[in-house]
Amino acid sequence: MIDGRPHVLHRAYDVVVAGGGPAGLGAALAARRAGAQRVLVVDREKEAGGILLQCIHSGFGLHRFGEELTGPEYAQRVLHAALDDGVDVLTDAYLLDIGPDRQVKLLSTEHGVSLLDARATVLAMGARERTRSAIRIPGDRPAGVFTAGLAQRLVNMHGVLPGRRVAILGSGDIGLVMARRLALEGVEVVGVFELLPHANGLSRNIVQCLHDFDIPLHLSTTVVGIHGRDRVDRVTVAPVDEQLRPVLARAWDVPCDTLLISVGLIPENELSRALRLRLDPVTMGPVVSSAMETSRDGVFACGNVVHIHDLVDFVSAEATLAGGHAGRFATGQHPTPDNVRLQPSTNVTYCVPHTVSTEREHTVYLRVREPLLRSALRLSTPDGRVVHERKLRYVVPAEMVTLRLRPPLLEGFHGDTLQVEVLPR
Amino acid sequence: MTSLPDHDSTDTNRATSTYLCIGCPLGCRLEVDELRGDIVEVRGFSCRLGKEFAEQEHTDPRRLVTTTVAVDGGRWPRLPVKTTATVPKAVVREVCRALTAIRVYAPVRLGDVVAHNVLGTGADVVATRDMPLVETKGEDH
Amino acid sequence: MTVASLDVAIIGGGVVGCAIAHELSRYRLRVALLERSTEVGFGTSKANSGIIHGGHHASPDTLKGRLEWDGNRRWGALCEELGFGFARVGELTVALSDDDRPALERLLRHAEEKAVPGVEEWTRADVLRAEPNLTTDVVAAVSGPTTAVINPYEACFGLIESAVHNGVELRTDCPVLGLATDGEVWTITTPDGPITARFVVNAAGVFADRIAAMAGVSDFTIRARKGEEYMLDKRLRGLVTHVIYPCPTPTSKGTLVIPTYDGTIMIGPTADEVDDPEDVTTTAEGADRVLTAARRLVPGISERDIIAQFAGVRAVLDTEDFLIGPTAAPGFLNAAGIQSPGLTAAPAIAAMIVELLRDAGLDLVPGAEPGRLDRPVRFGGLPTPQQERLAADDRAYRRVTCRCELVTEGEIRDAIERGARTLDGLKFRTRAGMGRCQGGFCTARCMEVLARELGIPLREVTKRGGGSWLVLDRDDLATGSEPG
Repeated sequence: MIDGRPHVLHRAYDVVVAGGGPAGLGAALAARRAGAQRVLVVDREKEAGGILLQCIHSGFGLHRFGEELTGPEYAQRVLHAALDDGVDVLTDAYLLDIGPDRQVKLLSTEHGVSLLDARATVLAMGARERTRSAIRIPGDRPAGVFTAGLAQRLVNMHGVLPGRRVAILGSGDIGLVMARRLALEGVEVVGVFELLPHANGLSRNIVQCLHDFDIPLHLSTTVVGIHGRDRVDRVTVAPVDEQLRPVLARAWDVPCDTLLISVGLIPENELSRALRLRLDPVTMGPVVSSAMETSRDGVFACGNVVHIHDLVDFVSAEATLAGGHAGRFATGQHPTPDNVRLQPSTNVTYCVPHTVSTEREHTVYLRVREPLLRSALRLSTPDGRVVHERKLRYVVPAEMVTLRLRPPLLEGFHGDTLQVEVLPR
Repeated sequence: MTSLPDHDSTDTNRATSTYLCIGCPLGCRLEVDELRGDIVEVRGFSCRLGKEFAEQEHTDPRRLVTTTVAVDGGRWPRLPVKTTATVPKAVVREVCRALTAIRVYAPVRLGDVVAHNVLGTGADVVATRDMPLVETKGEDH
Repeated sequence: MTVASLDVAIIGGGVVGCAIAHELSRYRLRVALLERSTEVGFGTSKANSGIIHGGHHASPDTLKGRLEWDGNRRWGALCEELGFGFARVGELTVALSDDDRPALERLLRHAEEKAVPGVEEWTRADVLRAEPNLTTDVVAAVSGPTTAVINPYEACFGLIESAVHNGVELRTDCPVLGLATDGEVWTITTPDGPITARFVVNAAGVFADRIAAMAGVSDFTIRARKGEEYMLDKRLRGLVTHVIYPCPTPTSKGTLVIPTYDGTIMIGPTADEVDDPEDVTTTAEGADRVLTAARRLVPGISERDIIAQFAGVRAVLDTEDFLIGPTAAPGFLNAAGIQSPGLTAAPAIAAMIVELLRDAGLDLVPGAEPGRLDRPVRFGGLPTPQQERLAADDRAYRRVTCRCELVTEGEIRDAIERGARTLDGLKFRTRAGMGRCQGGFCTARCMEVLARELGIPLREVTKRGGGSWLVLDRDDLATGSEPG
């Protein structure tokens, strides 16, 4: 079975996890292993596994398991590990609120409205897609405009097709993967249109999803109009200038009946906002300490809800960290405070976690703003003294950079802020 | 990281092809030098798989195929599947077309074979998840 | 001689048609409303600003001016009766220079002539105290405390659901193809066959001239004036608390900054004549104009705040006024040319039409006390004990369909029972799909529920009826056929 439903919902849990994807399941397992007795995972779908269930392609788990798995395989593996270790998984359920007194309000098909006590909670709700409205394309509002993730669900889970002639806006991974998926289903994919001068998704997807199928990738191009009264009948595309402004004089029409939007993900932060957690305005996810604890005591977070990951393997690592701390928190061991704030600086858009400690080891994740062929990662004090520097290979915004930070690297540093930069070398 | 022994850098019959490694999402930039029909050097990989991929992609490009097949009686109408080994890139579309004729019946277990030796490629096609049987329409609601 | 199957047939299910249907449902009459779309209100009505104007805008020399204040007063009671949202937020018409002052004077005069209470001039200090985010260029303003905001589509649904509950027949996907009379009875040709009625009310919005032409009384032409509107992120709630108007021009109230009933700030509309009465496209140029004009009033607005956009088309007559009344064709009445303040005036228009029908010989015998429908459930907004009770009694309220707006499957099912047939029908009744993710999560779920409740395959679910199919199945791809 790929899910399990508890028949009994307890009044109190050590840890309640919002979200039953790889992040939530990984955190729940880690919480159990850290000593938490009662751990509950809450997921809104019929079955746990998160977005991986619709990611039927491979590329998951090479780092974590040493095997290349498909999304559903990775999901099933982490789900069974959690269930085998005594994690409760409640599906068709939704976490409505976490009260100031740590009271969790759940809505589930199984139990209706439930109020539970939770010593610690972990937010693992994943991400949502950026939408058309957010990027304001003028024209009609016909049927046939879907985010790539919605199309993926419709195709892979519901077994229907979004259309017969598809244009894709954005070279994000989901759009690329759907280009291949649709091509394999016999749908005509007329092209991928990317605003920036470089592709957004992983290079393996450019090759396997576009090159393999002769699907053209138009860089520095965007969609400037959607047309069609009831259903899309064409989109208008135009090249953009250096300031990313469309050059309308060179616009052209692309006949199609479907437009997929794949312009990126942002953390699913409705609950984070409702809980008034401190959010990072760049990631749009909560600010977290090196224990993956948010600005609220006992509320931890991991996975895409904190920042958008490329590899689920790193999600699992982050989840293990968050869940371990949540489990220990539930048994009375609060995380030791951090003493250094990481400040993203030259060519770095964000760092997670947002704070670290000079006494412990960390994995810091960051993203660069601009690609660089040969680069160096530099940690320095605000007045410019270099604390640590490391060579990097080529870096691109689409691929997260990981930095293993060990106390010896910060020896001699006594400040409270470290600037993080990625510079050309 | 290893590479083949030093070459004669003035050999003008050497041809270099570049590939993006698809072995894992890191996507290393690979370069394959060919001289008189043989691979003489491979550069740019960061793991053993990358080197092997470069050589493979240059001589006989192959792909894993992932798709869905129709399933009756399960929680969802589609069952995700994959080939158990890579198949020649040139037959990927044909493999998918062949699988449109398949219909399986729930319950299915992860790893169940839905097609043996598809199109004679030597690869089986297996389920990548359990698909539980849903007895009545009401069970999941 | 034909016997009429209906007393009254109303052509057009916009807010005017629905208000007339609701009004007529108070009497023992056989009434049908014929709507060409799959849902009511899907023409001009759902796309307008949602403002119930204060009553002092339109000149009392005009019909629209005379009905504006009457309409405003009726809306409060209607919202109470039908259970949809109504917020009397008040308005400020803002003068940005002394050249604007005559326009303010005019408003004050209208208010006096129509006896609209509370309309008064405010000083710059008054204005900025009440609305600190307004431009500091403001010199004075006229305050209108009677102005309110509603969701116009909620009003349409509320009106028609009550009408249907009390015996009015609603026919959607029912365009009128022809009209003929023998002097006593009208025969209306529809795709499903002929319908006969003693009286026909033309509330067909941008198509009112075409309907009138079918009836042989084509003495007016409708011009289409498009208005684009832009919704801003919910986090700007409170940016303004009154509806903010610039000083009006002869053809338009200008670009407004509107705190909608739901709390989002909306800016717009534009006012551009278009050839195609169904042209509801938004344009980059329109967006720029709206932003520029809105920022003139509230400088803190940025284009990054825009989360949604849409457009609607006003039905405009050369007189720039309403055309309400009987025609040379006996039993055929017009309720045409309904542009702003059309939403505001709708209940007054309905009352006027009922009186005109009475004058024309329709017997108005009051029916039983109109039955009240329960207000639609809004699970997300209920206090916990009520949520517990609702979820305990009905499993459908235990599953969340729209995460951003917290809409449960029970509410989706209820909306379908109340008449929703399409994704947009669900969206406008329940708000599912209106939140930050704009349907990214809930679309598949809403489609599933629609398919299940209506007993149709997914490929037959549409966005808003007609040709707005959403998905194909593999057979469609092979055969080249199109759903719907």
